[in-house]
Amino acid sequence: MNKELINLVDVSKSFDGEMVLDELNLNIHENEFLTLLGPSGCGKTTTLRILGGFVSPDKGRVVFDGKDITSLPPNKRQLNTVFQKYALFSHMNIAENIAFGLKIKNKPKSYIDDKIKYALKLVNLEGFEKRMPDSLSGGQQQRIAIARAIVNEPKVLLLDEPLGALDLKLRQDMQYELIRLKNELGITFIYVTHDQEEALTMSDTIVVMNQGYIQQIGTPETIYNEPENAFVADFIGDSNIIDAVMLEDKLVSILGTKFQCVDTGFGRNKPVDVVIRPEDVELVPPNMGTIQGVVTHLIFKGVHYEMEVTANGFEWLVHSTGMFPVGTEVGINVDPFNIQIMNKPASEDEEAAAIGE
Amino acid sequence: MENNILSEKLGSGKFFSGKMLSSPYIVWAAIFIIVPLGMVFYYGLTDKTGAFTLENIAAIMSAEHAKALWISLGLSLISTAICFFLAYPLAMILANMNVSQHSFIVLIFILPMWMNFLLRTLAWQTLLEKTGVINNILSFLHLPALNIINTPYAIVLGMVYNFLPFMVLPIYNSLVKIDPNVVNAAKDLGANGMQTFFKITLPLSIPGIISGVTMVFIPALTTFVISKLLGGSKILLIGNVIEEEFTQAGNWHLGSGLSIVLMIFIIVNMVVSAIFDKDGEGSFL
Amino acid sequence: MIRTVSKKIYIILIFIFLYAPIATLMILSFNASRTRAKWGGVTLRWYSSLFDNREIIQALWNTLFIAFVSSFIAVVIGTVACIAINHMGKRKRAVIMGITNIPMLNADIVTGISLMLLFISLGIKFGMGTILLAHITFNIPYVILCVMPRMKQLNPSTYEAALDLGASPIYAFFKVVFPDILPGVLSGFLMAFTMSLDDFIITHFTKGAGVDTLSTKIYTEVKKGIKPEMYALSTIIFVTVLLLLLLINKAPKEKNLAQ
Repeated sequence: MNKELINLVDVSKSFDGEMVLDELNLNIHENEFLTLLGPSGCGKTTTLRILGGFVSPDKGRVVFDGKDITSLPPNKRQLNTVFQKYALFSHMNIAENIAFGLKIKNKPKSYIDDKIKYALKLVNLEGFEKRMPDSLSGGQQQRIAIARAIVNEPKVLLLDEPLGALDLKLRQDMQYELIRLKNELGITFIYVTHDQEEALTMSDTIVVMNQGYIQQIGTPETIYNEPENAFVADFIGDSNIIDAVMLEDKLVSILGTKFQCVDTGFGRNKPVDVVIRPEDVELVPPNMGTIQGVVTHLIFKGVHYEMEVTANGFEWLVHSTGMFPVGTEVGINVDPFNIQIMNKPASEDEEAAAIGE
Repeated sequence: MENNILSEKLGSGKFFSGKMLSSPYIVWAAIFIIVPLGMVFYYGLTDKTGAFTLENIAAIMSAEHAKALWISLGLSLISTAICFFLAYPLAMILANMNVSQHSFIVLIFILPMWMNFLLRTLAWQTLLEKTGVINNILSFLHLPALNIINTPYAIVLGMVYNFLPFMVLPIYNSLVKIDPNVVNAAKDLGANGMQTFFKITLPLSIPGIISGVTMVFIPALTTFVISKLLGGSKILLIGNVIEEEFTQAGNWHLGSGLSIVLMIFIIVNMVVSAIFDKDGEGSFL
Repeated sequence: MIRTVSKKIYIILIFIFLYAPIATLMILSFNASRTRAKWGGVTLRWYSSLFDNREIIQALWNTLFIAFVSSFIAVVIGTVACIAINHMGKRKRAVIMGITNIPMLNADIVTGISLMLLFISLGIKFGMGTILLAHITFNIPYVILCVMPRMKQLNPSTYEAALDLGASPIYAFFKVVFPDILPGVLSGFLMAFTMSLDDFIITHFTKGAGVDTLSTKIYTEVKKGIKPEMYALSTIIFVTVLLLLLLINKAPKEKNLAQ
């Protein structure tokens, strides 16, 4: 891991008496693509705005490259923001938009012209200098917003749901574009989104947030495969979250049936939550399954079939390439590696923080 | 299928919103807006025998009329400028304050109108008189007395007082339409407060400014009431000249001719605002 | 801190500027002296003698009648026009809106004399009728201005859906479209009513001898000196409206609290 660039230390913020961030601590490294992920109202945008300098925290410090920048105004910070809905200057053409930050810094004209050319090339919009923002499509405006930010050579680029206003196809294209840009520029990206797929696709590190608390920090793989609590499991992809009892190491009782697992150290007869991804539920003939059930719903999804199977009083969500018509009796198996055991929230407070609205 | 076609036909307005609906207003507008303006032009471009003449328009060159026009132009330009400099900070403060737009419009604009405009203007006489309220306050504070009643200053004050809301509203409306993130973006890119204001906020509010300038300049240029009430009938504005031609001298041809001159200013102003405000962004409400 | 304080002071100063004359008039309405130049102590005399003053009461009645009738007719014509304009092509709409803007952008004095010339050449007798026609004319644009934005927000499918479900066009309009544009219609009416009430210039040119509104009555009184009853009447009107507004603003708030 590269060296730490930004530290948020005990940052708290409330609006109108409502706590939005509660003693948040977060370290961001150089050259990292970090995504703040969570439902609306989880505090991710507030965190970003605190980094950008548009909101000042009630408590705590923002440290950038070893220096405290908590009270530094936005125009003095070495980071630039790509705003939701682009926020282009509608009264200026594209070249003037991109040149804005450089002109403020009194850069020579030839330098500015070179930078505009370079930035437009970087975002694949060469020749757009004289166009007005209104005449561009959403995707193009978004690229200009990025170009306008990066010509200032920030050490960190903050992106506030930049793809939210684009349609699905364009959004996917832009995701690849952003990864490419990040690699070419070699700077830190801090990205805010509520779209888990976007987060999983692009990030080096994902920070899952809910109700002002960080729920989990990790690589996309860890977050997906080893969610630390029910909120993360529920928020990232579909999953079966089931009440269970950890009987002993590597043995868990799910809905009264014993399953082999790989987790240890939970103690004996401890209530836990179990997460099983729908694609990890194997459907087999009834006599070959650990537990038995009946298919109650069947939908064709293209890549796979989505089924609901009632077994031991629980509705199992199943993704499978094999098709079992409604009413079929099936057996269910789960590979021990695919059973993820999670501690139940210790207190009600923690539960509220974890489960959310 | 049949149902679909039917609903399409109805939806396109063939049954409901066709000519039948637009005709009353079109007829009304033709009779009471277009034709009357045509009559002003007819009277302005003819003499008493009905023959074509440009004399009524050329009459603006006469010493008396030209002077009235110059004074009107001067006072209305000064008033417009004062209104602008008073209104812009107010509009900015209000736009940043999250006030409900509705209650603000009522308070600044609608409510005062329920006290008659002539009385409100006349009240300034009471306030401005030698022994009036303001001078009493000034003398209490040991400040020199203000003797502006029956001077052009009083007329300017009356204009600013009456037309200030017309400047505040459009500017306020164009300011609240600016995405706060656009202002944030400018700061993010390194602009300080002043730079952000002059490079972003001010240019983006130009439609509102143009609209406000129009809404203040035109009534100020053409008023005859404010000058009569506060100028002490010593100062004749072009509005007073026209009004007298119609109500006292009875020379409608001359009055119409001078009105045409006024309309030239109005049209120039409308064209300018149309150029700057293509989408009607700085609209009045 | 200093900034927010100076902002508040600025707002307060502007409001003093806008409301000082109104306060002055209210105070004058209690002035026992007949001239506004002298303070003769507090009296309620003008409030009682107001109702014996036939001319003022007649002018008040005329003003309210004209304001109400002209706003009502303007609302009907203006709302219907909005529906029609909304369905027009771009060009036609631009032309109509351009014409609609004329009475608002044009100088009142020009609108006034142009209507005066029209009424003279049509041979219409000057009086209540001509004032009404003139007020309707300058009120319609304000109605359109208030209703049009509402009309644009309207989802055209709801009207079509109503027709699709078997409603007649008229029924569909009053059940589906009208409730949605009602706030615009009401504010259009209020706006038109206020404009009509406050108008002097256009009434000045289109009224005949013998008919007076409060504005024209005040104008003729300027030289002789305004009758103190006029201050009393204005104060009553202003305070009534102020109280009505406060009531309207308070009512929904209490509802929210109850919830």
